Amino acid sequence: MITTSENKLTAKDFVPDQDVKWCPGCGDYSILKQVQTIFPDLGIPRENFVFISGIGCSSRFTYYMETYGMHSIHGRAGIIASGVKSANPNLSVWVVSGDGDSTAIGGNHFIHLMRRNLDLNYLMFNNQIYSLTKGQYSPTSEKGKITKSTPFGTIEAPFNPAELALGANASFVSRTLDRDPKHMQAILKKANQHKGTSFVEVYQNCPIFNDGAFFAYSDKETKKEEAIYVENGQPLIYGENNGKGIKLNGLTPEIVDLTASGISANDLWIHNEKDKTKANLLARMFDAVVPDVHFPRPFGVLFAEERPVYEEMMQSQIENAKAKKGEPSLDSILSGDKTWTIN
Amino acid sequence: MDTAQEQVAGNKVNFIDTENVVIRFSGDSGDGMQLTGTQFSDTSAFFGNDICTFPDYPSEIRAPAGTIAGVSGFQIQFGSKEINTPGDSYDVLVAMNAAALKVELKNVKKGGVIIANIAGFDKKSLRLAQYSDEADPLKDGSLSDYKVLEIDITKHTKESLSGTNLGNKEVERAKNMFILGLIYWMFDRPTEHTETFIKEKFGKKPDIAEGNILALQAGWNYGENTEVFTSRYRVASAELAKGDYRSITGNHAAAIALIAAAKKAGIPLFLGSYPITPATDILHDLSKYKAHGVKTFQAEDEIGGICSSIGASYTGHLAATTTSGPGLSLKIEALGLATILEIPLVVINVQRGGPSTGLPTKTEQADLLQAMYCRHGEAPLPVIAAASPSDCFDTVFEAARIALEHMTPIICLTDGYIANGSEPWRYPTEAALPTIKVHFASKEEWKEGPYLPYKRDEKLSRPWAIPGTPGLEHRIGGLERKHETGHPSHDPENHEFMVKLRQQKIDKIADYIPEQKVNFGKESGKLAVLTWGSTYGTVRNSLIEMSKEGKEVSHIHLRYLNPFPKNLEAVLRKFDKILIPEMNNGQLSVLIRSKYLIPAISLNKIKGVPFSADEIKAKVNELLNN
Repeated sequence: MITTSENKLTAKDFVPDQDVKWCPGCGDYSILKQVQTIFPDLGIPRENFVFISGIGCSSRFTYYMETYGMHSIHGRAGIIASGVKSANPNLSVWVVSGDGDSTAIGGNHFIHLMRRNLDLNYLMFNNQIYSLTKGQYSPTSEKGKITKSTPFGTIEAPFNPAELALGANASFVSRTLDRDPKHMQAILKKANQHKGTSFVEVYQNCPIFNDGAFFAYSDKETKKEEAIYVENGQPLIYGENNGKGIKLNGLTPEIVDLTASGISANDLWIHNEKDKTKANLLARMFDAVVPDVHFPRPFGVLFAEERPVYEEMMQSQIENAKAKKGEPSLDSILSGDKTWTIN
Repeated sequence: MDTAQEQVAGNKVNFIDTENVVIRFSGDSGDGMQLTGTQFSDTSAFFGNDICTFPDYPSEIRAPAGTIAGVSGFQIQFGSKEINTPGDSYDVLVAMNAAALKVELKNVKKGGVIIANIAGFDKKSLRLAQYSDEADPLKDGSLSDYKVLEIDITKHTKESLSGTNLGNKEVERAKNMFILGLIYWMFDRPTEHTETFIKEKFGKKPDIAEGNILALQAGWNYGENTEVFTSRYRVASAELAKGDYRSITGNHAAAIALIAAAKKAGIPLFLGSYPITPATDILHDLSKYKAHGVKTFQAEDEIGGICSSIGASYTGHLAATTTSGPGLSLKIEALGLATILEIPLVVINVQRGGPSTGLPTKTEQADLLQAMYCRHGEAPLPVIAAASPSDCFDTVFEAARIALEHMTPIICLTDGYIANGSEPWRYPTEAALPTIKVHFASKEEWKEGPYLPYKRDEKLSRPWAIPGTPGLEHRIGGLERKHETGHPSHDPENHEFMVKLRQQKIDKIADYIPEQKVNFGKESGKLAVLTWGSTYGTVRNSLIEMSKEGKEVSHIHLRYLNPFPKNLEAVLRKFDKILIPEMNNGQLSVLIRSKYLIPAISLNKIKGVPFSADEIKAKVNELLNN
């Protein structure tokens, strides 16, 4: 077993001796595999990885990684991870959470983590259902969904997690899916490289309670029309034989036919991951950013901006104070400024 | 006041020597009464008096001026003898307006001095203070039992500052310095200490500093030059133990105790907290100690406060979270996690009146049972409580020691009364404080086999391997842990075993804390008064005074509430009766009765204010006589 930081790690070094207990066919297996696959290449000593998870099927993830880890309580993974990273900025901190854990019970911690921007990675496994409690709707379930707790269909408007993260001032917002391992690996690496809170929404299939929720984006027959992969600096092209593009008319996206004459890739929306206004449009390219127009669902890094991270600013305040005042002795703190002596 | 009069030759004014005095400064929230009181306290402490203070402010920040809701008070008792409380009733009341008089009059001793600022007794002020038909208490004879001194403090302050360039607002604000100067004169105290304070506070605004000093001196001179005062008072210095002293509030003591404990443990300090009255000052204070490496994290809510601390503790910090009752309730789920994780965590609960928002700025001791039992599942935790402002230091330091050396979350109870109150403190040096033993596991110690995060030592505490330690990667979590390996386990035998083990671990802390002693009086007798928390001072005072009347009643004060000291039952059984006064509905009584089957007698007060000595004495007398 490789345990020191000098040796080159392999994916097997991240596999603990505990059995994985997700249901057969669960999308979580793929996510676990991709994480274990890319980790040896990140150049980080194994002892510096920390996984913090909440509650839900997703959050068992921590037990399946041979790293440091804490399987915590419902909704609190992000804020516990904030304490970990603030206290020890040298650690590579990974939060694993689900759609319920992040956007329902942990919604408050989620938005505050995004705005604080600690340098950690946040994987939200979105299966649009509560699985561990056996099939109730989640805040990301589509309106009208029939579940055990909504036999007549939900009457709630769902959260769009990417839009929520952008609204909460996240510095990195991305989307990938369990059934595209290569894309997921690429996104995970980008998330790791990004300095700041990297939000990765992973569309994850729950074969028991919400089977096939995202198959449209991965099935051969449909994915070319339903999914669009965005790359920084590249035009928005999708469809059979890359025959379709998205063009911006002001701030209104339009689907254009690239096989028709008069339109070239140069006329299309060129993805710029630093452009927050357009990132908002991309995030909202869900069902109806324009009424009655069916847009493909974007995958990739929707937004990324470098900005100062919380733990470094916290540390620099400490260092500035030390440089200015010197570190005061404990005795001077105990005595305070004003003392008197009784003889 | 126990007094002895003395006619000073050549002076129309008597000097009266007295052992102890209670002054209450009372005015509008914006009148600067807290500052005035603090300055008087500091000066008296430097002079060598024993003191005890009690800031008493409304939950409204600035209620409409002149109203009863806006009255803010600061009380100090100072003396030449041992002082343990801010006093039950006032020898001197400073009433800056009619509302202050209306609120405070019931607590002024008959024959006491009332200094009334008549500028605050105009028709509007009387109406706002809800005096019926605007009847002026200064004129209607209702104050005939008191020595009333009517002074237009506002006018005199204006006059004394007429030569300065200060605007009306600044002049108006300086009136608290005028009254402070006058009180200094009355009690024969120098103004220098406050002058130094003013110069430091307004270092960048010399005009304002000068104005405040002028007002302070004008107040002193007013006493010296007018003939309205017939008496001045002298309170000799107290016979305090030799040593170096400072003045300290309970919240500040708690803050620096955490810094001291981290230093003596050799690890960094992290505080995750969310503002809540009356605990917020601990967050304020610790956020100033950046140069000492202290990390403070103002979380998005109470849950975030404790959870961020759990994260920091996981990495090897001394982690703390500070709160008050409702906040503790929000933290309970996470406290369950910390319990099963078995990681060190100091939870400081500065209690206030509840339930819900209750009496947010008033004091109460009603979270004892919450601290003891409010958890899901079997989740025992150590609980300790502070007795006085300075005892907050020792208690919080001890809480950190127990948390770190026994790998457990701990709840440390203080309350609004001692958190905001202050007293002289013979502060320790770093060298005099005990070392706290912290050990991080390393691979060298676990060469022979796999790391066992839940293996037990003689204290039944588990090893602490922090992230970043090569070779000891492991997972912990909220699912039940398998004994020793720490793997998740649903095995029924293991669960019962672990529940019992966690209980034994907490019980075992009793082997590492001092035995219970009798704090005052004999070790056996007819009656002992058993206290915890801030009732300490009043009870001690009452029993010392009663002992001078020949009444033998012992005082036993508990710092350790869970586990109790091992000998507590034996100590209690030496008395025929046990009286437990509490600012709640009898919570320690419940614990003592259920654990030892001792029929403890409860004395309860749930009014947001501490017991008075009279209330304690009355109950003690009743029990002695029956």
